[in-house]
Amino acid sequence: MAEIEFVKGNEAIAMGAIEAGCRFYFGYPITPQNDIPEYMSRHLPEVGGTFIQAESEIASINMMLGAGATGARAMTSSSSPGISLKQEGISYMCGSQIPGVIINMSRSGPGLGGISPSQGDYFQATRGGGHGDYRTIVLAPYSVQENYDLTMKAFDLADKYRNPVVVLGDALLGQMKEPLRRHKYRKKKGEKDWILTGAKGRSPRLLKSLYLSEGELTEHNWRLYRKYQRMKREIMYKVEFLEGAKLVVVAFGSVARILKSTVAMARDKGMKVGLFRPVTLYPFPYAALDKLSHKVRNFMAVELNTGQMVEDVKLAVGHKKNQVDFYGRPPGSIPSPDELLEEIKKVYNKRVKK
Amino acid sequence: MKQIFKRPKALVDVPFHFCPGCHHGIIHRLVAECIDRYKLRGSTIGVASVGCSVFLYDYMDVDVLEAPHGRAAAVATGVKRACPSNFVFTYQGDGDLAAIGTAEIVHAANRGEHITVVFVNNTVFGMTGGQMAPTTMEGQETTTTPFGREPGTNGYPIKMAEVMAELTGTTFVARVAVDNPKNLMRAKKVLRRAFETQIKGKGFSFVEFLSACPTNWKMSPERATRRIGEEMVPYFPLGIFKEDNASGV
Ligand SMILES: Cc1ncc(C[n+]2csc(CCOP(=O)(O)OP(=O)(O)O)c2C)c(N)n1
Ligand code: SF4
Repeated sequence: MAEIEFVKGNEAIAMGAIEAGCRFYFGYPITPQNDIPEYMSRHLPEVGGTFIQAESEIASINMMLGAGATGARAMTSSSSPGISLKQEGISYMCGSQIPGVIINMSRSGPGLGGISPSQGDYFQATRGGGHGDYRTIVLAPYSVQENYDLTMKAFDLADKYRNPVVVLGDALLGQMKEPLRRHKYRKKKGEKDWILTGAKGRSPRLLKSLYLSEGELTEHNWRLYRKYQRMKREIMYKVEFLEGAKLVVVAFGSVARILKSTVAMARDKGMKVGLFRPVTLYPFPYAALDKLSHKVRNFMAVELNTGQMVEDVKLAVGHKKNQVDFYGRPPGSIPSPDELLEEIKKVYNKRVKK
Repeated sequence: MKQIFKRPKALVDVPFHFCPGCHHGIIHRLVAECIDRYKLRGSTIGVASVGCSVFLYDYMDVDVLEAPHGRAAAVATGVKRACPSNFVFTYQGDGDLAAIGTAEIVHAANRGEHITVVFVNNTVFGMTGGQMAPTTMEGQETTTTPFGREPGTNGYPIKMAEVMAELTGTTFVARVAVDNPKNLMRAKKVLRRAFETQIKGKGFSFVEFLSACPTNWKMSPERATRRIGEEMVPYFPLGIFKEDNASGV
């Protein structure tokens, strides 16, 4: 078994990418994710890969579009303002069905905001972000180990669905150091019969998103829609402390990590509180939450924003007599486990101990 | 009877959608001739841009990738880095390359990417209906310069070939026209040298074509072709601005 290393979250992402066969990285520096391009610039050449520090995030995403079109595994990383600039390119990649992995170690907005952790990009990541009716798979790690594992998985999913995949972390997940157990990547089989390699011995191939003839675009969009439906097979979530739970806290990423301690503290105090953590934010685990809502009536979404994922929680369980409460901490500071415990207590006392 | 004029193999046998008198068709043909000449049909990856030439893939019998508006040079960078032994070219208009895509072309050139850029300067945004381009001539009327381009408010027509030649990263830079047989023959030769630059692994090559857009210039095809020699060439001089002499390219 691989030995345990002590690794920074951002570096774990870069390590996972290289292990998964990523050989092309394109990016433009922005805090708090600069360890990723720095790691890639040092280690990609060792495996015969290519690192380009691009002139902008717009150029980065389009370089990735080009490399991805040839079948290469490629990645770009950035943080919130840079991810905004990539949206047009992501939309084209979805339209042209070109895979690629986009890492967003998000920071606080709006505008230049600040470099503290934030979950303010949830809507942007899960609703398409750019123009047009498209979706990307969104993976939300909550530890350094998951940064590594989910980045590896992101490459497989991107290839499997011929679609960009977003890994949504934040400043906390990028900067913290934790034990990491690296493991070998097992290559998925499957030939890419759509890639551009030069039309030697075959008819030419074309990757495009423009469809102008009558009915063509509608048909194309239905095809994409069916693909997004198939992505539901990839839904992942984790639950803890669900036995006999009277209140289930729903959270993802860094705040779910903090809540792990909080919920354990609540249990110690005899409060029947559980934790539900979506790992795929798109597709969102609606069905699993819905099922849970037949046993538990009270839900509480906790986020590092003023209320985004809570809308999905309401879509999942906001029927019948279920209650969905919300606690949000807008970008700028991180709540401690104790502070969160106080917020959970308020809801618990109101809903459960009436 | 000996056939002396035939369709290049790399050009698909379908009619062009371009307006009568548009030079895009001629420039497509020159590109296809070069693909044939250097036997690149099986190794070429073309990067189409957004503009009247967006349907490049309907005409070229090679693999083609559509780039977002202005981003062809970045897209081609990704393609070429991933497939260094393929021949990679972009085909871009002056709105695409010299307005929205200025950053991408300058930096691809500055990195000396091993790609060939076919740049079509027709002094207007053709596809969107004839608005001002960065290359629009002083005093030229367009749908967004109804009183003529006025440098005080609209800036000056940008000379991209000269800008490219200034960059240390570029290897071959030229400007040509296809408005008369002499210029056409010269353009053919120049484009070949641009292709050879990439084939020989010498770096970044760039050919600017002065091109007619009779529709948006509101001119007959004859008048539009004459305008190139009369108005454009004096401001956008033809010639090779940079070449790699040492290599014999
Ligand atoms: C982001 C974005 N902005 C604007 C457009 C609209 N648009 C399409 S083509 C074009 C300009 C085309 O002009 P040019 O590049 O000179 O090519 P031509 O049509 O003249 O050959 C514009 C502005 C677009 N497609 N995408
Ligand atoms: S609008 Fe101008 S550039 Fe476009 S096809 Fe017509 S003549 Fe050519």
